[in-house]
Amino acid sequence: MQSLSNRAKKLEKKPMNFSERMYLPAIFQGLSITMRHFFKKKATIKYPEETRPMSAVWRGLHVLKRDEKGRERCTACGLCAVACPAEAITMVAGERKRGEEHLYREEKYAISYEINMLRCIFCGLCEEACPKAAIFLQNDKVAPARYERDEFIYGKDRLVEPMPIQNQ
Amino acid sequence: MELSLLLIKGLIIFAVFGITLLIATYSTYAERKVAAFIQDRVGPNRAGPFGLAQPLADAVKLFFKEEFVPANANKFLFIAGPSLAMLTACMSSAVIPFGGTLIIGGEAIHLQAIEVNIGILYVFGIVALGVYGIMIGGWASNNKFSLLGAIRAASQNISYELAMGMSIIALLLVTGTLSMRDIAAQQGQELFGVSGLNWNIFYQPVGFLIFIICAFAETNRVPFDLPECETELVGGYHTEYSSMGMGLYLFAEYVNIFVASAVMATLYFGGYNFPFMNQLGLPHNLVTILGTVVLFAKIFFFIFFFMWVRWTLPRFRYDQLMNLGWKILIPLSIANVIITGGAILLKAELF
Repeated sequence: MQSLSNRAKKLEKKPMNFSERMYLPAIFQGLSITMRHFFKKKATIKYPEETRPMSAVWRGLHVLKRDEKGRERCTACGLCAVACPAEAITMVAGERKRGEEHLYREEKYAISYEINMLRCIFCGLCEEACPKAAIFLQNDKVAPARYERDEFIYGKDRLVEPMPIQNQ
Repeated sequence: MELSLLLIKGLIIFAVFGITLLIATYSTYAERKVAAFIQDRVGPNRAGPFGLAQPLADAVKLFFKEEFVPANANKFLFIAGPSLAMLTACMSSAVIPFGGTLIIGGEAIHLQAIEVNIGILYVFGIVALGVYGIMIGGWASNNKFSLLGAIRAASQNISYELAMGMSIIALLLVTGTLSMRDIAAQQGQELFGVSGLNWNIFYQPVGFLIFIICAFAETNRVPFDLPECETELVGGYHTEYSSMGMGLYLFAEYVNIFVASAVMATLYFGGYNFPFMNQLGLPHNLVTILGTVVLFAKIFFFIFFFMWVRWTLPRFRYDQLMNLGWKILIPLSIANVIITGGAILLKAELF
């Protein structure tokens, strides 16, 4: 048969010579290969003790930011929920009462804000959609494994950034 | 006097038994580490520092599993199988000289559990008995895969014992004694002016090659692990075993590896002798202790070699196994015996 590339090597099956029939040289060759691998540097990262460095643009666990005075930035406009391709975000909006100005930046705020981390695909579209720069995907945290499904629904208690120390 | 002698003997037997079990225990750990390193992994490292508690964790796991006996199995033989395998594996390290003599208070104490003048024959007898454990366990399981594994083990051991015996006969022609202690002591003589280098490997290289191949076959290790060939026979003779019954079979395999390594080190690689042992001018007891350390280093090397080969070579096909045993190793070992005998005669004529 004509070969297409003319690069095929013509092989003919020769009878094995004495050293090949003894198999011992081949066995020692194999042993030397495994011995080389024995002393090779291992690629394993021992996870809980060592972690792989994350990229600066890594999209990890969400955070709801506060402004410089420690007020929640989110106004529950719902643009993130609309932008979310996985429909992982739900929220309930509420009106800010008198005396709560130090807690919420705008007159409208999110009474509840939930992200289902099992649905979320960490695409970052919520971050892009947010007009108030309230939601970000952190580059140093991932959603940890848990035993129950409902533990993956993150509410405001786990999403909102903790208060800066000087404002407490 | 008599009582103290008994006490010392008992202590040595106890130590040999303990060391055998300890090395077998940590062989399981070493096996996993060697496998991992050869495959570019790190191996067990969670239990204790460097995973050193892993054998203990494995043993605890095995003890807590259900001891299951199949409904139609012969219950007595089903339990007798692994027990016999373990018993025979532990018996054969009794005659191996683990060192020379310690002189304490004018008394020479041999670092050997029992001295019998037919040491090699004893080892061969016990190793041959080992296949009964596999055979009985495989048959008693009432499972076709177990039975096939047991039959394979039996026929394989019979085939390779012949070649092994022949290679030993050639060795006996050189040494002229069956006693392990005498063979070990002979190898401490001078060779080319270097004391402790009169190793039998220099006189019997082909015999050693045959012996090591047969040792692999006798201990059912890769590339001769057809009795437990998991791609064909599920688990072979221990398919039906669970819990510590299984554990005893696996453990017996590692004890056998230790014994085979010790026998190879003693018969061919000088036992407890090391180069320049009598030319350094060290005190006698120190030389003995160093010799024991050297012997264990040799044993560990052979154990490592067993594992190294296991993670390098693929398994034989059964007909290839039989061809190698009957058509190559036995004629080769017979030729080795004849050539060795001829060489001894020639040496007697010439010198």
